Amino acid sequence: MASLNEHIVSSYEDELTNLNKAISEMGGMVEQAITESAVALLKLDHKQAQDVRLFDKKIDDMQQRINDAAVSIIARRQPMAADLRMVVTSIQVANDLERTGDMAKQLAKRAMQIESLGLAPKFYNGVKHMKELVARQLKSAIDAYLSRDAAAAVEVCSRDDEVDAMYNSLFRELLTYMMEDPRNITQCTHLLFCTKSLERVGDHATNIAEAAYYLETGRHLGAEEQQRQPR
Amino acid sequence: MSLESAATTAAPVARPNAPPKMQGDKVGVFYGEKQALFDVDLKIEQFNVTSLIGPSGCGKSTFLRSLNRMNDTIDGCRVVGKITLDKDDIYDPSIDVVELRARVGMVFQKPNPFPKSIYENVAYGPKIHGIARNKADLDEIVHSSLRRAGLWNEVKDRLNEPGTGLSGGQQQRLCIARAIATKPEVLLMDEPCSALDPIATAVIEELIDELRENFTIVIVTHSMQQAARVSQKTAFFHLGKLIEEGKTEDIFTNPRNKQTQDYITGRIG
Repeated sequence: MASLNEHIVSSYEDELTNLNKAISEMGGMVEQAITESAVALLKLDHKQAQDVRLFDKKIDDMQQRINDAAVSIIARRQPMAADLRMVVTSIQVANDLERTGDMAKQLAKRAMQIESLGLAPKFYNGVKHMKELVARQLKSAIDAYLSRDAAAAVEVCSRDDEVDAMYNSLFRELLTYMMEDPRNITQCTHLLFCTKSLERVGDHATNIAEAAYYLETGRHLGAEEQQRQPR
Repeated sequence: MSLESAATTAAPVARPNAPPKMQGDKVGVFYGEKQALFDVDLKIEQFNVTSLIGPSGCGKSTFLRSLNRMNDTIDGCRVVGKITLDKDDIYDPSIDVVELRARVGMVFQKPNPFPKSIYENVAYGPKIHGIARNKADLDEIVHSSLRRAGLWNEVKDRLNEPGTGLSGGQQQRLCIARAIATKPEVLLMDEPCSALDPIATAVIEELIDELRENFTIVIVTHSMQQAARVSQKTAFFHLGKLIEEGKTEDIFTNPRNKQTQDYITGRIG
């Protein structure tokens, strides 16, 4: 659909713009949290891990603000069509971002637990790659949402298989290290939980991309994809 | 109630292949030289509520009024194209307009009860159309019409008091009772709630939903929320043209046309 004109009521226009800005800001915060928690994990940086945990409170507050703003717009403006989809998806996206923030907090917590153990590079190389892939997915999903790019959203969803494949291969890899030497079990188990957290971040990125697709097209991605590719 | 069943109640209930109750085919309306409506093709499905929306002067009321030839009463008004009721052309010279208006009833924006008793307001139509054979028949029609219009309990003890003494919302329901007393097949409503408070509006909307079981309803409304709440199908008019029509939920969540989108979201078109 062609770009929309401005609302007759300018304060309504401002409210929608601010809601979009808030999602953009929250997206930035969560991307930062994931990046920093990964740094904390890979460098075993206690200070950084602590910062991520404290930062999560701000992300939670941001979600509250977005939800309050969306509820207020629904109550006072009765949004329709594209506006309605924007308000409803902002609640969904804020929820997925908040959960992603929780995953960052989980990674930071693990970092503090592994700290005393020391970590061999061969163990965490895979985790590092997975983090990079997932962070890219998250960024693309948020960008697709903010720029209302349905094609980019479809791309994010189709790349989720890569995240799952990487999770499965890391699972096997870490298992191998554990079988090689039982002394690796503690570290590798922690890292296994980290990969699971990252895999979930990938799922949230997919959710955000699905919301982006719905926002732009008014249709649900899942159903269409299934129609196109019968199993 | 599951989400699934909530979704199905909102969907049209007409049989999938049932022919439309009324159909407009390339309908145009002229007021003198000025054309107010252009080439409107619209099907009115049976036992559905169809809402017509659009800015003032877009032609939605003009289209509504052409469905029971109310436009005939306006000097210089001319209708082209074809409008059918059960496949019969309603502008055919052989059609009795009075009988047509008994089959296609109308409720107006402002409640306009006759300056007569509540009973007489409802009894008037059946009397002139010879629907009632005797007094008992007429009583039955008046009572059941008032009951269907959700007004019976409020007026049963004062049927001989003037209709004009009722509240605005009650007067509107009286007008609906009057309209359905002639047992019409289609009910046209021209902004039936715009002069009513929110509670009276809710009562009328509830009523519209109940009437849908027995009548085909076409409603013109300026309240998009109302159109979204009461109708199964919505048609958007702009500058005398039908811009978009479709399932109500599609029009309000995902309209295909940019003009529709601009109008329903409150943007400058």
